Amino acid sequence: MKKTIIKGQVIPINESNIDTDIIIPKQYLKSIKKTGFGPYLFDSWRYEEPGELDSKVSRTPKSKFILNKKPYSNGKILLVGDNFGCGSSREHAVWAIKDYGIDAVISPSFADIFFRNSIKNQLLPIKLEKQNIINLFSECLSSNQYELTIDIEKQTITSPNNEIIKFDIDANDKDRIMFGYDDIELTLKNKDKILSYENNMKKNKPWLFKRDNEK
Amino acid sequence: MKQTLYDKIWDEHQVLVNNDQSSLLYIDKHLIHEVTSPQAFDGLSMQKRDVWNTETIVAVSDHNVPTTNRNLGITDKISKLQVETLINNCKKHNINYFDLNDINQGIVHVIGPELGITQPGMTLVCGDSHTSTHGAIAALAFGIGTSDVEHVLATQCINLKKEKNYKICINNILNDHVTSKDLILYIIKTIGTSGGTGYTFEFMGDCIDNLSIEARMTICNMSIEAGAKSGLIAFDDTTLNYLLKRKNCPSKIYIDNAIKYWETLHSDEGAVFENEIVIDADKVTPQVTWGTSPEMALSINEKIPNPENFKTIDKQQSYQRALDYMGLQPNQDIKSIMLDKIFIGSCTNSRIEDLRMAAQIVSGKEIAKNIKQAIVVPGSGHVKAQAESEGIDQIFIQSGFEWRDPGCSMCLGMNEDQLEPYERCASTSNRNFEGRQGDKGRTHLASPAMVALAAIKGHFDDITEHM
Repeated sequence: MKKTIIKGQVIPINESNIDTDIIIPKQYLKSIKKTGFGPYLFDSWRYEEPGELDSKVSRTPKSKFILNKKPYSNGKILLVGDNFGCGSSREHAVWAIKDYGIDAVISPSFADIFFRNSIKNQLLPIKLEKQNIINLFSECLSSNQYELTIDIEKQTITSPNNEIIKFDIDANDKDRIMFGYDDIELTLKNKDKILSYENNMKKNKPWLFKRDNEK
Repeated sequence: MKQTLYDKIWDEHQVLVNNDQSSLLYIDKHLIHEVTSPQAFDGLSMQKRDVWNTETIVAVSDHNVPTTNRNLGITDKISKLQVETLINNCKKHNINYFDLNDINQGIVHVIGPELGITQPGMTLVCGDSHTSTHGAIAALAFGIGTSDVEHVLATQCINLKKEKNYKICINNILNDHVTSKDLILYIIKTIGTSGGTGYTFEFMGDCIDNLSIEARMTICNMSIEAGAKSGLIAFDDTTLNYLLKRKNCPSKIYIDNAIKYWETLHSDEGAVFENEIVIDADKVTPQVTWGTSPEMALSINEKIPNPENFKTIDKQQSYQRALDYMGLQPNQDIKSIMLDKIFIGSCTNSRIEDLRMAAQIVSGKEIAKNIKQAIVVPGSGHVKAQAESEGIDQIFIQSGFEWRDPGCSMCLGMNEDQLEPYERCASTSNRNFEGRQGDKGRTHLASPAMVALAAIKGHFDDITEHM
């Protein structure tokens, strides 16, 4: 199914270098599933006590943290500072953001692995010029309710007072966000080319094609 | 056409170029572990897909394993299920798996090079950001997410856009007791934690030429802490001598051809790098991080910065936030901060040379009274055995350290090795992020020598003045 519009409340977190350990702490990485990480998003910022995977123990929300306040708790768009998603390659960070109900992250810059993981999971990462980000933060922080409408196809963000910001996105990344391709299937369309490359390398670099550590 | 080392390995592995100028790259080696692979195998079975080539894969449990009482197995039920899931997936697909009690078991980025699984000119991936470590062997190695783990399992390839080239030239040599850990912390501090985003690093210069492979691995390992997915170092005699001692080094019939290829693995004179920085190794002093990002590092003789001295409000706020989290004051002497725990380990600094370096410093001395716990976690079964054969374990134990079994341990605290809230740790690991080593825990990163000295003193001190 084609998805072109993301519309909803913005969650502003004006911090740079938000790392994937903050987005989803390690104890939840013990899960062998891709789902159910939403309740642990920004866990240590969100709760007074540390949590455990699948624990039923209720915790005290930190009242000052934005995800514990309305209308932000129902937000769909995350607005953050530079270098979002740095650190660990854990895709769990993207799964947690998506599982929470967030469909887009707007930042001046993203860490490379996080960016790639986002595209793979139809989480839209939007890179904007610093000045645009500063403006969005100030508008967003001056009014409680602040909804944006993102048109993925047209590559536009529309603010509540109908101002339009254009954003750039790689054409293939855009398609992946809208359609959610099965990348493996696409790659396997080139199976013959992969095999022929491989056969060639088996001749040129045969030492690479052996099982490691055989006794 | 003059090429960089990165250009060469990239071109060599290009299966095809897509219409968006991304390339389908062939992956020679795929390392997997228990934390980022279960969902990938799940994906394969849901789509009834097979693994492309099981011979290219090596699996090990390292992130979520106990470092004590291995004979009891894994007691935490959730962790046990995760490790068993990897074991079952490996059985099902006939993948090489190193069991917890196998001497080959260890941190994935320690065992790859150590066993000669990592070889020059390879493309190597792993669902872990510190895969950049393997670049020290002139392999193009980078961390990937779980979707890409699944993609590589199924297709042996990955679709990627090429990064830009970034040359990091380090002239002169490091001073006595200043290590490659201090050098990489210094580089990260200089270019910032996102300075390498979108780039592949190549480290070169006299300083690198004179470092051992293990010391080079520490540098490449932390490339990701400066934002670069990969950090490379050219093949040279040091690399060759290291490889010839490895179990999986190409056999006699192949070695001459392999060496012929490996000898091409350096950047051509005059190759174009889109970015470049020159570092003087002579100026590098022992480094300690004070904050919650690896770029927040100081020379041991500097004072904790005052956020007010920074120009932008962004920076003032983030530095103040880091100070608050770390429980520190502006202008405090880094040597005055008392420590609670000591961690020597991680894919950054848990190899035999690291342990020798630390052992030499603690030998015949006892850890300070304020240190509640000091642990040494060797990077692999082989590192552990080697250390024990040299009596290094006894040196640590007599000084008051605990001598553990191999794993990632307190670097990320997925197992029971964690900091308690507000505990302050001197750590040889790679990340000082909030909560990384335990909820509300406070991490100071430094070299094995500096951390060993901190264990004895109870606080950081200048190693160059003590040896």
